[in-house]
Amino acid sequence: MRALAALAFALLTSTALAADLPQAVATGDLGLVIERASGSLVLIDRSDRAALGRIEGLGDLSHASLTYAPDERFAFVFGRDGGLTKVDLLTRTIAARTVQAGNSIGGAISDDGKLVAVSNYEPGGVKVFDAETLALVADIPAKGKTVGLVDVPGRRFAWTVWDTGEVFLGDFSGAEPAVEMIGNAGKNPFDAVLTDDAHTFLVGLFGEKGVTAFDLWNPAAPPQKFLTDYGKTGEDMPVYKMPHLQSWAFTEGQYALPAVGRHEILWVDRESQTQTAATPVHGQPVFIIAQPASPYVWVNFATPLNDVVQVVDSRSHEVVATLTPGKAVLHMEFAPRGAEVWISARDDNAVLIYDTRTREKVGEVQAEAPSGIFFTARAHQTGL
Amino acid sequence: MLEECAVLVLFAFPAMADVSADRARALEHMVTQDCGSCHGLTLKGGLGRPLTREALANADPEGLTLIILDGIPGTAMPPWRPLLTEDEALWIANYLKGKD
Ligand code: HEC
Repeated sequence: MRALAALAFALLTSTALAADLPQAVATGDLGLVIERASGSLVLIDRSDRAALGRIEGLGDLSHASLTYAPDERFAFVFGRDGGLTKVDLLTRTIAARTVQAGNSIGGAISDDGKLVAVSNYEPGGVKVFDAETLALVADIPAKGKTVGLVDVPGRRFAWTVWDTGEVFLGDFSGAEPAVEMIGNAGKNPFDAVLTDDAHTFLVGLFGEKGVTAFDLWNPAAPPQKFLTDYGKTGEDMPVYKMPHLQSWAFTEGQYALPAVGRHEILWVDRESQTQTAATPVHGQPVFIIAQPASPYVWVNFATPLNDVVQVVDSRSHEVVATLTPGKAVLHMEFAPRGAEVWISARDDNAVLIYDTRTREKVGEVQAEAPSGIFFTARAHQTGL
Repeated sequence: MLEECAVLVLFAFPAMADVSADRARALEHMVTQDCGSCHGLTLKGGLGRPLTREALANADPEGLTLIILDGIPGTAMPPWRPLLTEDEALWIANYLKGKD
């Protein structure tokens, strides 16, 4: 019955509305999965737990990421090869593309959706583009590879430089960009993250131990370095994959951070910036991501221990579940309200869908060597 | 296909490291994916320098083998000795020298 009704409706609309409304699709539960080896994206429907189609021709997507326009129609994809591609989720086509640098690493969109900034390795610096046309708006060179680029409210962006440790805050709300060096984080920052209240810009260090916090509500305040002596008791292990600093705020005001070179998650009290606990885990953490509206964080690990995902309770700091979703788990993305988590298993060519309450697999979507998974709800989150 | 041919050619080379065909396939995958996370999937560079044949034109396989096994202290290049045998590291060095 329902199918018939739908068919009748489709026929009706195809005659009456076809010209101005070819297909009424809402994007609020859609998402994109990066197929890193083939330079393509899979468009997914979260509610249907299904792949809707593939968008091709995006270049080298190893370590690629993307961000969404506020209308949740367009995505901006940051490729490793310096490609910046604007993708239309409705038409499933490339709306615009520019190869803006030789080698790049991520980007962000301004709070008003007008500007897209890209973080570049080669030549090092940040380039800012008009989100509508992808025309270059500003070019801020750096003395090295820029990492940890985030959007800051008020048409601003913050970033740091791997080679020099400098941290910059750029304001693009005026006629001319105003870029200010707000301090030095330390030796070889590998990534940075902005807290959800846009208060603290946390910069993780690779070249020395520690995390440096910058107060963006008061950029003149001196930066605070913490976790400077974690793991003094044991030998550090080689780091086979740089961790990411994607998660921060959990119950009881804590940060959960990866211990570089160790099989540990470090818990830090947000207020006092002191370590409160360490959780021994399966491997070196890559992503530590908070399950929304819950006390749990989910962790994946660096090669060769990357076929496991663990769930840790932020109250007890204990591992409460160990899952083996598939081979080479690269990323996890939660439904915005936390009911499900989608997990990419690169070497199984699949994205596995888990219910977060039962922690049982409830679905699966095929994708070629999938890495990052990005739901459109990210459009409304600061600092992504 | 092309890449597989390259592996076979290398494998047939007399001075080649002693690595089984299965292991060779796994190593090739490792170079693309795991080395690729820092050096780029196409090895044209990332956090680590480019590892293209061109970039390594003046490097000798033995030197590269040591870099792979022991890393470059003070940089992000990790030692792979815990995960690779010397033969396997030499295989990767030769593979990099022979790859476009
Ligand atoms: C965690 C990041 C990382 C990973 C993973 C990584 N490398 Fe590196 N590698 C680097 C960095 C950074 C350098 C450059 C160090 C420097 O500044 O001299 C480098 C340098 C090298 C060099 C020296 C290049 C030259 O021009 O002298 C070789 C060879 C190399 N890597 C091979 C590999 C291989 C093979 C793998 C995989 C088995 C690998 N690397 C994985 C970060 C990495």
